[in-house]
Amino acid sequence: MELFNGGNIALTDVPLLTAQEFRAEVIRRCRLDARLINFFGSPEDRQDVRLFAILGEDEGGGLQILSTKILSEYPSYESLTKDLLQANLFEREIAEQWAIMPVGHPWLKPLRYHANYRGVPDLWPDIKQRTIPGSYPFYFVGGEEVHEVGVGPVHAGIIEPGHFRFQCHGEEILHLEIQLGYQHRGIEPLMCGKDLKRSVLLSESIAGDTSLGHSIAFCEVIESLSGCLIPSRAQAVRAVGLELERLANHVGDLGAMGMDAGFLPTSSYFGRMRGDYLNLLLSLVGNRFGKGLCRPGGVLFDIDAAMSNEFCRKLKEYKKEFDSVSDLLFSQSSVLARFEDIGSISMKDAKMLGLVGPAGRASQLETDVRINYSSGMWQFHHVPISLGVTGDVYSRALVKRQEVLRSLEFLLKILPSLPSGEIFTPVTSMAKDTLAISLVEGWRGEIAHVGITDAQGNLSRYKIKDPSFHNWPALSLAMRNQEISDFPLCNKSFNLSYCGHDL
Amino acid sequence: MPFPKGNAPSFPARYRGCPIIARDPESLDIGKITFIPDSDVRYSNDYRMAAAKREHLIITKNEKVLAAALNREMLRIFGRSLKLRQVSAGGCNSCELDLNVLNTPVFALGRFGIQFVASPRHADGIVVTGPISRNMREALLKTYEAMPGPKIVIAVGSCAISGGIFLGSPEVSGGLETIIPVDLFIPGCPPHPLTILDGLLRLLGKIKS
Repeated sequence: MELFNGGNIALTDVPLLTAQEFRAEVIRRCRLDARLINFFGSPEDRQDVRLFAILGEDEGGGLQILSTKILSEYPSYESLTKDLLQANLFEREIAEQWAIMPVGHPWLKPLRYHANYRGVPDLWPDIKQRTIPGSYPFYFVGGEEVHEVGVGPVHAGIIEPGHFRFQCHGEEILHLEIQLGYQHRGIEPLMCGKDLKRSVLLSESIAGDTSLGHSIAFCEVIESLSGCLIPSRAQAVRAVGLELERLANHVGDLGAMGMDAGFLPTSSYFGRMRGDYLNLLLSLVGNRFGKGLCRPGGVLFDIDAAMSNEFCRKLKEYKKEFDSVSDLLFSQSSVLARFEDIGSISMKDAKMLGLVGPAGRASQLETDVRINYSSGMWQFHHVPISLGVTGDVYSRALVKRQEVLRSLEFLLKILPSLPSGEIFTPVTSMAKDTLAISLVEGWRGEIAHVGITDAQGNLSRYKIKDPSFHNWPALSLAMRNQEISDFPLCNKSFNLSYCGHDL
Repeated sequence: MPFPKGNAPSFPARYRGCPIIARDPESLDIGKITFIPDSDVRYSNDYRMAAAKREHLIITKNEKVLAAALNREMLRIFGRSLKLRQVSAGGCNSCELDLNVLNTPVFALGRFGIQFVASPRHADGIVVTGPISRNMREALLKTYEAMPGPKIVIAVGSCAISGGIFLGSPEVSGGLETIIPVDLFIPGCPPHPLTILDGLLRLLGKIKS
């Protein structure tokens, strides 16, 4: 059953297969040309769970949905992960959220350390009692010369918590295991229910640095479920916000990467320049992260001619500054010596893991929601894809640099010619027993939100996928046989979200 | 920027600063709100909101009580050199990023003798963001206990002060004060860097009310 980005489908129209057919079909399609965009459980009557898989065909832009039903009497199914690595974290999440065993999963460990949503015994017996996930079964390399390094959850800098366990032989990392879950706030259950006003605020705080990415995805799901077409001017303002968010974060990342390579001048420059973009968001929305801009039905703040001219004038100056500072960074041989051939992910591995965003594009994967599943303003104004070749830290930095230039070009094109009209249209009631999906290219990559309504037309299940959910395993893989002193730089080159993963 | 000297910083018109309470006996708890656009709330351009006591965050029509300096003994120890350890306890990263930005040249926290350090063993104070998720609770307590006394505690953002938008989820606490005593509350979602800086400088007696 095929859908497009922002589309919806009645639950009764979603194909319901047996567990074996479901497994075979998902694996078959992903072996051809599809990618697993989302895979989650949704509660049904009598404590049954319906599993949904959303597959995306990047070339054509079509989305396919398949489902299977897991009965409460037999809460298990044959794991897809051993034949489809992309399903790894999704299956662990389903196991934790619904207490459903993926039989044969090669790496079944807790993800966020919370009680399951069905109210039945958890797969990990004492998971509710643990205040910290201290007894996580880390993969362990034995041997007298091998040592273990543990970092976190409290990290040295001002950064979110997570635990990294390295198995090292001298400087060389034999294996890195990343254990998250410290930021788990229980957002998905809070999103459901009748009060959409609170849900949109929650969507802005899934990952505060991606407020606009996630809130746009949420608004699009609600608009789809209620059959609401928002005015084009609102689409344009949302696009401006999203690209400003991308600019601020990429520029900040380049600064942080320079700092971790030991080259401080650009970290100071880029740090200040990041603030310039945040100040544009502050002028537009009243909040440096854009919190408060998007609501179902449109946007709350407009860009008049004076603001549009002011933004264009400033963005042209910022582009000149960016060009000269990034030239400075990329022309230092000492910086390049730190960036090149570090933390490489091959295109084959990237595809196998299902990487998204700049990290995937740095390994030659042509995935970008703005191009493959374009919606909103990106249907009318094309953003050329930014690809890297070598998949190393250098490649990821280069992709970020290119994306800054593409975003600046995009903004300078649409700001002078915003569509006329309203910025908001009221949203009416949502359809009953319907599923809607929305994909947004956040600055880290593909965000996918799925909303399912019940027989009263209220949200009964809301599934959030942050791009980091795909990309965290890539950091583990990238550090294999690398030196531990390169870890901070490699980590920053991915700059993944801890709270986006933990929800 | 020459802050706190020089002209008062200017904010764009849409900036949502401290809410204005029109009449008695209305009040608003700025430690709980998340500063969203709301037709029922009028926001001023005033970025100064930090308070030393939780009850001072419940503002009324009268002039609000901003944070005052630490007592003389604490000022003698910390007034010219304050080392802070940051712990993100479930924060969404916006408070963390706006704390990080204080170290960049525009705000230049170092010129006030304030510095973020890598270990709680080197720290005089702890700065907590996030609604203190259940999974971070023990790490937060261990970090706090590892800090040698005397020490101060700073809660940044509505999540750290009251649980913010997540209040009611079984996975988070109801605010930092339910776990450890707090010396400075800085409201916002996230608080503007100048709100944070203003709060820190008031605590150290460098800005007097």
